[in-house]
Amino acid sequence: MTPSDPVRERPARGALAVLAFVVTLVLLAVFPLFAGAYPVKLLQEILIWGLFAMSLDLLMGYAGMVSFGHSAFFGVGGYVAALLLTKSAPGLSSGLAVPALAAGACALVIGLFSTRVSGVYFIMLTLAFSQMFYAVAFQAAWLGAEDGIVGVPRPSILGVSLTRPVSFHLYLVALFALVAFGLWRVVRSPFGRVIVGIHDNESRMQAVGYPVNRYKLLAFVVAGVVAGTAGALYAQFVGSITPDAFFWTTSGEVLLMVIIGGTRTLGGAVLGAAAFILLQSLVSSYTERWMLILGLTFIVFVLFAPGGIVGALRGRIGLRA
Amino acid sequence: MSFLPDLFGQALNGLSYGVLLFLLSVGLTLIFGMLDVVNLAHGSFYMLGAYAGLSLIAATGNFWLALLFAPLVVGGIGALMERACLRPLYRRPPLDQVLLTFGFIYLFEDVVKWIWGGRIRSIPSPALFSGSVTIFGATIPSYRLFVIVFGLAMAVALWLLIERTKLGAIVRAGVFDAEMTAGMGINIDRVFTWVFAGGAALAGLSGVIAGPIQSAYPPMGASILIPALIVVVIGGLGSLKGSLAGSLIIGQAETFGKAWLPGASMLIIYVVMALVLLFRPQGLFGRPLR
Repeated sequence: MTPSDPVRERPARGALAVLAFVVTLVLLAVFPLFAGAYPVKLLQEILIWGLFAMSLDLLMGYAGMVSFGHSAFFGVGGYVAALLLTKSAPGLSSGLAVPALAAGACALVIGLFSTRVSGVYFIMLTLAFSQMFYAVAFQAAWLGAEDGIVGVPRPSILGVSLTRPVSFHLYLVALFALVAFGLWRVVRSPFGRVIVGIHDNESRMQAVGYPVNRYKLLAFVVAGVVAGTAGALYAQFVGSITPDAFFWTTSGEVLLMVIIGGTRTLGGAVLGAAAFILLQSLVSSYTERWMLILGLTFIVFVLFAPGGIVGALRGRIGLRA
Repeated sequence: MSFLPDLFGQALNGLSYGVLLFLLSVGLTLIFGMLDVVNLAHGSFYMLGAYAGLSLIAATGNFWLALLFAPLVVGGIGALMERACLRPLYRRPPLDQVLLTFGFIYLFEDVVKWIWGGRIRSIPSPALFSGSVTIFGATIPSYRLFVIVFGLAMAVALWLLIERTKLGAIVRAGVFDAEMTAGMGINIDRVFTWVFAGGAALAGLSGVIAGPIQSAYPPMGASILIPALIVVVIGGLGSLKGSLAGSLIIGQAETFGKAWLPGASMLIIYVVMALVLLFRPQGLFGRPLR
């Protein structure tokens, strides 16, 4: 059972997929025209967490590295963006490029240590590293300690200020499209095939002659850059960032999204983020027992639908990847 | 305040915290060694123990009854969880089980909020140990001394149980190679349940005795989990000796960090972990990796 069989899709199906992608994007972009402020806010949250979840899916679904510390990069992206946007000219480099690169640099360092081990040890190391960031953010006065950084302005690109809701929405959709397309290309590239190969049989890939550790490290860094981008967008979306962005439950939440949606599908990660956020807003309006329902949902998915929503749909409809 | 009594008092504080961590991490490390499951819900058992203790004290007015029965309640919950949810997953990749226990963190925390509310609840220390004593010029709450003695006694009892009894031999065999143990005619499934329930009960016990020191609040489980995991990593996964050594080290590191480096106290345990892993990647008493 290989959900994403690395055999090239027939051109007709490829064209169909591109068409579906473009139509979805157009629908996302024009969503504010026929929806109120609250649904638009939810959609934007889904887009940001969808990016974050896709980056984790690249790591766990494709490269087979289940990280419990992915919040480290989300938090670094958010904090660097918040610092730069409040203290310097709010532009594209301070709002996106530098935060993403900073997250990538952190991923490089953490990855050097943690990609050497696997399984439970990898979980523990990534978890510990992200908690280190939490400890620093929680206690460092220059990062606002417990309260974090508030009053983060939205940047302006090419002279267009993103403070207007419409322009910020388009900016989010455009970035989402760009990164989603980029990740889609990555997993279909030779590099993507290699990391899937490492996931499926690491020693065989090593025997064939691939520098397995270098591939794993690169996957870790790419995932870190995307998570950092999501974190930077999150800081701009909320207008603030707190140490909670680093806390291990943030890593846990994004992990839940990927599991609920279905691993090794990218699209599933976004579906999972959507399911998580919509369920949260729906459930919280009826009852305070959101965490209970979240926990139960997760337990049920792990026990009965390990393939997530996408896996369940495929099983029902009988589609092959 | 003079230096030496202060130092002594801090060391005793660290020791009592270390003993709590030991009771918590010993179950974590044995469950991992045997079932290959990192039980992320282990902190939740600690929280459940504190709250079960709270209610039992309120109902009976007796701390000692709570100390006896709260761990039994938590152990029962652990046994149920293992039987009903973890067992069906043993044939799946081990990570599925880790993910499952993660779901239980949310479940348990919200159930506790539902039953007991989200506020901090203080738990009175037993009347016998409500005072304090002065040793070498340091004033120590006598309850902390009780925690230290009780915890060390539990450590000795556990060591005897695991190293000197037949049951212990089965558990050690299971940690070493569960499949082979089953092949020798041991009902390993039942042993799994007992180990999981026993670990949960010890975590619950830790929660009860932590109650008078740290109070009870719903996120206590999620926040104690990280130090407990670090203890297990430092000591070496699956090692009883390692979990004792790791607990005592982390207990001291965190207590002295809070006193001497308040600006970076939260970071210290990670630095300790990094140092240990740098020189011994398998932990102090762990088997070599791969």
